[in-house]
Formats: sequence, C-alpha cells, structure tokens
Amino acid sequence: MRQFLRVAWIVMRKDLTVEVRSREILYTTVFFAASCVLVFAFALVREGRPMEDAAAGILWIAIAFAGTLALGRTFERERQTETLRALMLAPSDRPAIYVGKLLGILILLAVVEVVLVPLVGLLFNAPFGGSLLWLALLLAAGTLGFASVGTLFAAMLVRARSRDVLLPVLLYPITIPIIIAGVRGTVALLQAVPDEPMARFWGALLVFFDVVFVTLALWTFEPLMTE
Amino acid sequence: MTFDFDRLVVDNVSRNFGRRRALNRVNLTCHSGEIIGLLGPNGAGKSTLLAILSTLLTASSGEVHYGSATAHTMGPLLRARLGLLGHDLYLYPELTARENLEFFARLYGCPDVPSVVDDALGRAGLGERADDLVSGFSRGMRQRLALERALLHQPRLLLLDEPFTGLDDASGQALVARLRGLRQEGRIVLLATHDLDLAEGLFDRIAVLRDGRLLLVDDSSASLRERYRDAVAAARR
Repeated sequence: MRQFLRVAWIVMRKDLTVEVRSREILYTTVFFAASCVLVFAFALVREGRPMEDAAAGILWIAIAFAGTLALGRTFERERQTETLRALMLAPSDRPAIYVGKLLGILILLAVVEVVLVPLVGLLFNAPFGGSLLWLALLLAAGTLGFASVGTLFAAMLVRARSRDVLLPVLLYPITIPIIIAGVRGTVALLQAVPDEPMARFWGALLVFFDVVFVTLALWTFEPLMTE
Repeated sequence: MTFDFDRLVVDNVSRNFGRRRALNRVNLTCHSGEIIGLLGPNGAGKSTLLAILSTLLTASSGEVHYGSATAHTMGPLLRARLGLLGHDLYLYPELTARENLEFFARLYGCPDVPSVVDDALGRAGLGERADDLVSGFSRGMRQRLALERALLHQPRLLLLDEPFTGLDDASGQALVARLRGLRQEGRIVLLATHDLDLAEGLFDRIAVLRDGRLLLVDDSSASLRERYRDAVAAARR
C-alpha cells in the first residue's frame, strides 16, 4: 500500500510540476469555464435577476466542460511523448498510475472551482457564502466522481484517432447522474433557507457514485491499458 | 522482495491486431550476457515483439518466460527488471534532463536518487546540460538521455527499438561500447535496428523477422548485411 501511494504521489507531483511550468491546461480551463459562465449570465440574467436555480446548473455545467477539456489535454501530453507507456512499465501496481493522474486532475479542477464559485455567485446573485462548507463537500464529491470516470476514459482513448470526440460521447452519459446529483444538492443549498438535509441526501448519493466509479476504474485500469 | 532471471524464452508467441497477424508463432531463447539483433523490414513485427517482451502488450497466444516466471505471475517485480527504449523516447520535454531522470528513478524505487541521476547524466554526456529543459535538446541528446532513463534501474533485460536514430558517429560508437559493457555485466539485450553498419560486430546472434514470422536465428560470423540479405532472399524463394 505504501508503494502504491508513493507511486501515485510521484506521478501527481510530476503532472503538477509540468503544469506549473506550462500553465497551459490551467489557463485554458479557467478561461473556458469563465467564458461559459459569462455567456450563460447574459442569457439567463435579466435586469439583475437570474432564472430560478440557474446558478447551480451553470456551475456544474462549467465544471463538467472544463473537466473534459483538462482530461483531454492532460493525456494529450502523455500521448505526444508516449510517456504513458513509460508509466505503464513502472514496477508498481498500474492502478497507482491511475490514482496519480486522477489526483493531478482533481487538484487542477479544484483551482478552477475556486475561480468559478465566486464568479457564478457574483453573476447569478447566488448566496453560496451561507453554506460554503456543504458546497465544498458537494463539489469535492462530484468532482471526484466525474474525474474518476474521465481519467479512466481519457487514458483508455489516448491512442484512439477520434479521442476528442469519443471522450465526451462516452463520459457524459455515464456522469450525468453525478452532475444531476451535484445540481440538485447545490439547488438545495441556494434556497432562502438552505435545505441541508436535502443537500446531505444528494451528497451521500455522490459519495455512493464515487465509491462505485473509483472501484470500477481501479479494477479495469490495468486490463484496459495493457491491450 | 526481488526477482531476477538469466534466460528469456519466447514460446510460440502470436499476436493479432483485429484480422491482421502481426506475429506468427515466434520462438526465441536469449541468455544472460547476450546481445541479440532483431532485424527485418518495416512492419515485420519487431516493435510488436518488443512491446510483448516489455509487458506493454499481451500475446494473443503463446507465452513469454522470464526465467521461471511470466508477466502474469510476476507483474511489478518483473517490470523492475525490464528496460525499454522505444521509437518514442518516453521523456517529458517540459522537464529538465535531471528532473526526467529523477522522476523515473523515483518511480523505479532506485536507492540514492541524486547520485544515480548524476552518474546517468555523466554517462549520457549531459552533465553540463542537466538543468536545461529537454525540449531544447537535439534528437541525439534526447536519445542518449532516453537510453540512460531505460538503464537507471539496472534492468536484466534491455529492449531497444532503433537506438541509433539521431545519433552522430561518435555517439553511435559510444552506444555500441556501452552495449558491449552491458553484455559483460550479464544483461540480455534485444536490439531492433535497420542500421546494419553501426551494429556490425555487435550482435552475438541475429533474429530475422518478416511478416510476423521468425525466418532465422543465426550466430555465424559472416557480415551482418550478408546474413540479413540471405535470410530475406531465402524467405522469398
């Protein structure tokens, strides 16, 4: 187990070092997500009054789109240099490589969310401040579920010619339950009086999805990557 | 727990990609302290065989035995004894030469990483450029760095796919000398190349592949080019 975590840590640290040096994925995803929120704000906010529950939907859509972009770019880097093969040759359990890549994506998306939440709050008059801890938990659980499936698919499609098309086509149908749970949980928190029991229910559902998706990904990563 | 082996046995290995058969019942045995040249025209199956030996691909049928073990039974312990230098060099251009080697040394659990990396940089002749980004390196410099990356963990089996690509004469000769040193150390080296001039006199045996079939395994002392030409001509007849 120590060896597994050590390898995951090394891979994550390498991904973050590369990203800190290039800032390519961070800038692209933040810019894309912010543009997405801005466009929706023009469409859904009239005279300073947003459409009911729009903020929650826009927040999660922006996270999903930005996440897809980040997943594609992260593995594109490994494809260009074929370094994913070198990672697969490492003398460790191959799922450790998956966990390392997943952690890197999660940290990247957490940074995107730190920018997105205040932006959505500002443009959609969404009172996120009242239940920030619950929102953070929902976002953490939702992002983990989304990224766990996304990391597996992005790794699997790394050598497919039409990977840019296939990734969203495969990813969105499977992660729609996660996005719906995230949206409903966030809507519950944005009520005049935050509905914490309802947010807790959707949060628990997200944790359930996380357990299922992470377990399946760990189980299937090695056979999928070896072929 | 560690694992080692002194013999590699490729036992009736075939590999299909869809309906195309890339390798067809290949049999080959390699021993410790041997350099085997893997020769053949483009598309002969050399890279596929190296990918199977490196455990990146599984065989559709047949088995590869590393001593008494297989990739299935040994997994990570076996990979700790394999080194691969492929067509692509498996280096991160956004990292420096030192960072690349440090990353792989840590991944392989090498003891005393700074000293292992310094030694490797010295052998690659990149001591002065250790802290430069790999993106600024020439193909030859990357090739030398990639070879050291593949050797960091002192693998028993070294698989090299076109290692002379991009090397100038001096670097090519240095690589040949390095490979002879590895033979002295008892490594098993499998080297796929088209550069018969540089590889002349290097191989203990050659294995010629064509259309996925192993045409011959030969240890005669005739010139490499002659042996290769005879093998391909015999296959045509």
